[in-house]
Amino acid sequence: METVSVREAYGRTLLELGMENPDIVVLDADLSRSTMTRFFARQFPERFFDCGIAEQNMVGVAAGLAASGKTPFASTFAVFVPGRCFDQVRMSIAQPQLNVKLVTSHGGISVGEDGTSHQSIEDLALIGSLPGFNVIVPADAIETVQAVKAAAESYGPFYIRLCRPKVAPVFGEDYRFKLGKAATMKQGGDATIIAIGLMVKEALEAAQNLEREGIYCRVLNMSTLKPIDEEAIIKAAAETGAIVTAEEHLEHGGLGSAVARVVSQNQPVPMVLVALKDTYAKSGKPAELLERYGLTAKDIEQGVRSAIKRK
Amino acid sequence: MSLPKKGNPPSISDSAKTLADNVSAEVFSLSASVAEMEAMAKKLRRHIITMIGKAGSGHPGGSLSSVEILTALYFKVMRHKPSDHQWADRDRFILSKGHAAPLLYATLAECGYLPVAELATLRQMDSRLQGHTDRTITPGVEMSAGALGQGLSFGLGAALAGRLNGQDYRVYVLLGDGECDEGQVWEAAMASTHFKIDSLVAIVDNNGQQIDGWNRDVMNLDPFPSKWRAFGWEVIEVDGHDLNQLIQAFGEAEKVKGQPTVIIAHTIKGKGVSFMENNPDFHGKAPNAIEVEIALKELE
Repeated sequence: METVSVREAYGRTLLELGMENPDIVVLDADLSRSTMTRFFARQFPERFFDCGIAEQNMVGVAAGLAASGKTPFASTFAVFVPGRCFDQVRMSIAQPQLNVKLVTSHGGISVGEDGTSHQSIEDLALIGSLPGFNVIVPADAIETVQAVKAAAESYGPFYIRLCRPKVAPVFGEDYRFKLGKAATMKQGGDATIIAIGLMVKEALEAAQNLEREGIYCRVLNMSTLKPIDEEAIIKAAAETGAIVTAEEHLEHGGLGSAVARVVSQNQPVPMVLVALKDTYAKSGKPAELLERYGLTAKDIEQGVRSAIKRK
Repeated sequence: MSLPKKGNPPSISDSAKTLADNVSAEVFSLSASVAEMEAMAKKLRRHIITMIGKAGSGHPGGSLSSVEILTALYFKVMRHKPSDHQWADRDRFILSKGHAAPLLYATLAECGYLPVAELATLRQMDSRLQGHTDRTITPGVEMSAGALGQGLSFGLGAALAGRLNGQDYRVYVLLGDGECDEGQVWEAAMASTHFKIDSLVAIVDNNGQQIDGWNRDVMNLDPFPSKWRAFGWEVIEVDGHDLNQLIQAFGEAEKVKGQPTVIIAHTIKGKGVSFMENNPDFHGKAPNAIEVEIALKELE
């Protein structure tokens, strides 16, 4: 299947939004070639602010623009926002609930060869801890386009995390993203796999492989990590009795933690978290890294078997 | 898409009406005399002492040092409308040194954004007057501050929005000198020059002290004016307790084109209360009942 760049999908969508809405402004921190904000920059130079390698200031400028009625999109790598400027995101954007959209690329370890310093594995825990922040991790380019548009249309702070590699589409053109709603990718009654980002594709592959063993999994794409779709999680726990989460993030404070928070307080069932285990990753090819750190379809399959055993 | 509402501000307080007498209509651009402003400055200092004394905690030193700066801005220099704190064309005042919140609240109250009586609720449960500013609940407060170093970036963003919209409002950001230890201040200083923004004015309350002592001992900022010049700013130095000098400096800043201006206001921490002046103990300590009494006597 042909893979598509989620970053390019973001860049093109931003350009489209810029044509429709003159209040949209874009900021970057010297990474517009990677985050693809350059399309917007070329078309609307007066509405584009390259803040240089200074993310703290970029976040503050975005907040000031929002406080005076603009809709700023600010982009860089996920390690730098929120990692480099957590306090600025907290006090300048989250506390006042300003209308700033932080869209970052290079989330997770699929960044690859650049290694630890550029692999964002804590960003969802950081940003997810901030009251009132909307957090989205799209699974493919089609969902990216719609998530970016949804963020532009809804007032308030948003964080959208994109990955570096091109990804195979998991959605058709007819897909409709709904903020705060999980998308059921596959029905099944033996266990539920809840995934985000490029792990959604792995989850679908795992579900397909498990069918050969007579295990039928439900697969949920939980692209809105916050506010999370509690109803879908509780229903999945009640109807399938076991849950496996899959994400390109530490198991601390990411998707697995968020799902466990809902499950444990509403419908306790055995869970397995497929995620990075309290470690940093290293340089390598994306596929090699995902395999080394246990983030493949095979690992999800193993997780499902283990969770079902504990039912 | 709608902006969050902060609630309607109450009508202009009596004290502000006196000053507002010679002002036409709603726009609160005052032509107060220097004598009137001096009286107002004293009044604001009394509010600060009373408020912090009652709250039992707070930051008197850095509030007292900035009194004339806010007096000049709110009662002479800025174009603003207490009856409509979200007026799109208002000049913006951004308090980056958020611990001077009591001074900002007192000033806003005397302008009519808040009832003066509300000042007594500082730092109490459910008060609109939080220990550090919160833009979501206090009319007239532009920014949630307290985490130092963030205001100049915010002000730059507000100024860029005005330029994009073709609005002529000006943006004033008050920084502490100790606050300038923060790297973000210099990121914002560099960016403001890069974006050639001339509607932005930074004022540094240069009282020379921070929590652990004198700036020069804790983290030396010298040569301070040269640093700003090197970052491309027009620099004006004034006695930060001299209203005439401040007003003149704000006027000069308006004439500067193509670059931002910083007014380095030389001040005394704790100004106006003898035992608080240049005393770092009163950076973040409330006066006790006896101290309040002595301070208010000095400010009669």
